[in-house]
Amino acid sequence: MLFYSYFKTLVGKEVTVELKNDLAITGTLHSVDQYLNVKLHSVKVTNETKYPHMLSVRNCFIRGSVVRYVQLPANSIDVEILHDATRREARG
Amino acid sequence: MASGDVGFASLIDTTVAVLTNDGRHFVGTLKGYDQATNLLLHDCHERVYSLQQGMERQMLGLQVVRGDNISVVGEVDDERDAEVNWSRVHAAPLTSITH
Repeated sequence: MLFYSYFKTLVGKEVTVELKNDLAITGTLHSVDQYLNVKLHSVKVTNETKYPHMLSVRNCFIRGSVVRYVQLPANSIDVEILHDATRREARG
Repeated sequence: MASGDVGFASLIDTTVAVLTNDGRHFVGTLKGYDQATNLLLHDCHERVYSLQQGMERQMLGLQVVRGDNISVVGEVDDERDAEVNWSRVHAAPLTSITH
């Protein structure tokens, strides 16, 4: 549940989601659920010439199971909070 | 709503684009869904991309797409979709998801 809670704090921030087929989608994080499925608003595909498939898509849902990376906005990440949270989780 | 708002209720009867794990691209009107992301698409077509020729549409009618096999569901902006000259869009087909 740690990452679910953590992603909830990032709602409204701009993130880039890289999928397991190398497609990378940037957008504003709108919502996240327990499976880490995410909804992004105002999406833009990185490398639109190679991947024009999503040209007419504004908002999208991405299934958690196909996400490889989520690139977070560096300026809104408090590493200390993450450290504490992961340690607490590890201790159980 | 901050989170938990992950259903597709607001997308019912609108045009959606579905990318599947095997790299295919379906576009249709969303008629139903469930908690496993299984989708029911009405008046669905598949968009087949190739580098040699423009995008081709393959009409499929009513389709059920199993949630396991779905990677992305996009809300299609119909106006913007109509502006794009898809028959001139040359692109390599999407590669499949490799876990």
